[in-house]
Amino acid sequence: MFVTNASRGLPRHRSRYPAERYTRWALRALTILLVLAMLWLVLAFHLRGQWMFSLLFLVLGASLAIVFGKRELMSHRYIFPALAGMGVFVIFPLLYTIGISFSNYSSSNLLSEERVRAQFLDQTYQAEGQAFDFQLVREGNRTRLYLEAKGAGKLEGVRQLISEPLAHAEAGQPLAIEPVQASPPGEALNLREVIARRDTLEALTLVASDGTELKMAGLRSFAPMLPRFAENPDGSLTDRRDGTTLTPDHERGFFVTEDGERLTPGWPVAVGLDNYTKIFTDPDIRGPFLQIFVWTFVFAGLTVVFTLAVGFVLASLLQWEHLRGKALYRTLLILPYAVPAFISILIFKGMFNQNYGEINLILENLFGISPDWFTDPALARTMLLIVNTWLGYPYMLLLCMGLIQSIPRDLFEASAVDGGGPLTNLFRITLPLILKPLMPLLIAAFAFNFNNFVLIALLTEGSPDILGASTPAGTTDLLVSYTYRIAFQDAGQNFGLAAAIATLIFLLVVGLSVLNLRLSKVKV
Amino acid sequence: MAMVQPRSIRARKLGAQLALLGFVAMVVFPLLLVISISFREGNFATGSLIPERFSLEHWALAFGIPWERPDGSVIQPPFPVLLWLWNSIKVAMVSSLMILALSTTSAYAFARMRFKGKAPILKGMLIFQMFPAVLSLVALYALFDRLGQLVPWLGINTHGALILASLGAVALHIWTIKGYFESIDGSLEEAAMVDGASTWQAFRHILLPLSVPILIVVFILAFIMSIMEYPMASVLLIDEDKLTLAVGSQQYLAEHNQRWGDFAAAAVLSGLPITLVFLLCQRWIVSGLTSGGVKG
Repeated sequence: MFVTNASRGLPRHRSRYPAERYTRWALRALTILLVLAMLWLVLAFHLRGQWMFSLLFLVLGASLAIVFGKRELMSHRYIFPALAGMGVFVIFPLLYTIGISFSNYSSSNLLSEERVRAQFLDQTYQAEGQAFDFQLVREGNRTRLYLEAKGAGKLEGVRQLISEPLAHAEAGQPLAIEPVQASPPGEALNLREVIARRDTLEALTLVASDGTELKMAGLRSFAPMLPRFAENPDGSLTDRRDGTTLTPDHERGFFVTEDGERLTPGWPVAVGLDNYTKIFTDPDIRGPFLQIFVWTFVFAGLTVVFTLAVGFVLASLLQWEHLRGKALYRTLLILPYAVPAFISILIFKGMFNQNYGEINLILENLFGISPDWFTDPALARTMLLIVNTWLGYPYMLLLCMGLIQSIPRDLFEASAVDGGGPLTNLFRITLPLILKPLMPLLIAAFAFNFNNFVLIALLTEGSPDILGASTPAGTTDLLVSYTYRIAFQDAGQNFGLAAAIATLIFLLVVGLSVLNLRLSKVKV
Repeated sequence: MAMVQPRSIRARKLGAQLALLGFVAMVVFPLLLVISISFREGNFATGSLIPERFSLEHWALAFGIPWERPDGSVIQPPFPVLLWLWNSIKVAMVSSLMILALSTTSAYAFARMRFKGKAPILKGMLIFQMFPAVLSLVALYALFDRLGQLVPWLGINTHGALILASLGAVALHIWTIKGYFESIDGSLEEAAMVDGASTWQAFRHILLPLSVPILIVVFILAFIMSIMEYPMASVLLIDEDKLTLAVGSQQYLAEHNQRWGDFAAAAVLSGLPITLVFLLCQRWIVSGLTSGGVKG
């Protein structure tokens, strides 16, 4: 254990070796480049109004500059990269999640208010009253559109316009039109030929020199596209079609009509504790939430009990000195641990298939039954526990083997002298001695299975569904997979609600890990 | 060696052997089954454990070779398994090298240096490490979505994002390496520093060569964890040719079109190397995985 010279405040001498001097300069240049890159990100995010990300990179850049700029922080240079990784990808997401749990961030409230406003202002409508009749005029080998105003319509003060040749229109590009005095020479195509070109015409946008765009409005007419909304000085929008007014509601993050109806899209606003109160008071959310909450605890608890029981029994057997072929058994028994979980879970998904999975084939032949593993809630849960025990017992087996090995042999000798059988040994010697060091690991295993997302996502995806839930919720969902589905699978993608549930899980996990640290008495 | 032995030992030996054999059979059954299915004809599961109608169809498809059936119809490979495997290996390789670099340097500081905030940082790392990545997905998705607008190779649907996101999971490795460093006597480095080596030189030229075994273990551990990583990849990757194996192989068993046989071949092809690596290195991996708690 030492304190670096630098952190004692001792000066560093100019190195005698040129190579070392160059390396030092290269490192300094790299640091400066990284800091500059961070500053660029800070600025870019700031200009886009994303202050949370801007702040993240400001903190990151500043700490980089400080740690690598001050000689006294030499030791911290070694831990900085790892801490920065954890900070950006573990701690920042945590804070960000807690942050959005107090907002209505969701797929309907995704963009900033300015972007939503811009989207409304971009909306156009076809002004039917100002429509133009059109003809396709062929002159030589080029075809042009000739427009003539139907009613009172006028464009740039004129009533007759002609387009560029249709062949000039590139995909998605508007076609320019200009005023003419009289109908152009050439032959007008008949209706059948117009219908033959209908797809081209429907995709076409005509643009006058003042920027007004025209789209096809029927088989005989084109009509100008006018902006649907006008912006008022107080921030509200007026609908040009019917004269109604949309006012921005900053409490709820939507534009609302005069009748109080919300228009999507909205923008994210802070909603306080709304998401949390929803979880505990809205019956359509509270019911499934509580059910999933209980199942999560049952699942994690039973998994730990089953894997520990299987692992412990096997470890005791393998520890027995009269047994032959231990090494082979051990290798075969930890196979489930060695095979990648995503593969073995999928194997089980196929094997449990109701119609042609192996398990039902065997059960059918032996007992004439074929259980609905994926549609019956109780059976689906049983299946999860079976699969998870298969996946998880090798870890317990390895732990127990290590711990049993550390028990002094003479204890068993003494017990044998006194006439103790295997059961006495088990309950009086082995269990009491290994339970205490095992406790923190069991808590860690509990926490891991509490959040065993991969198993649920690959095996059942939460199905069968809970009836009457307003969010996607299944009877086999754990809290994490429930959160994932609310955030990423639901049509409404309710990030705010998902973040609120995630925050609650965070709190639970903090509790578990503090307990774990207490019990394992980690020495630092 | 036990000097006092209970009677009826032969019966108990036999019983233990039978029980173990039965259990091992149950455990190994799914794995053998998948190997068998991968050589069976067709995509349905009926048949005995030793295939009656042997066929290499699924294996050819897994390797991306179109397969011609006896009736003349040619089947195209349903998914680019080899590409997925390559994606997985690429991501895992880069991210575990970076994880190794990050955790080795900081483990050195934690094992050998005295500085402010060391104990709280170490404990804090253990606590934060227990948070499941699934819960940070919304935030990480938002982060990479925004970042991608500025830096395209770090956006959604890039391997860069996936690699970077994995750098958060270093705490476990730091603890493992730190434990190993502490088991090496510091006097060698001190001697080097008395002779004029800098801190970095002592670390780089004295301690690192001594700790190659633990570095290999941590690398393999990080590699396997990265190959098996599912939640992050499922959200960050979208296009079929970008997917990693863990996300892609799920598509074989989609709701209405289960390609059981094709899946089996792909699973054996991609799972076998990982399984073998794990079994070969199990001694070190296991000690690394369990050391965190047992030591205390």
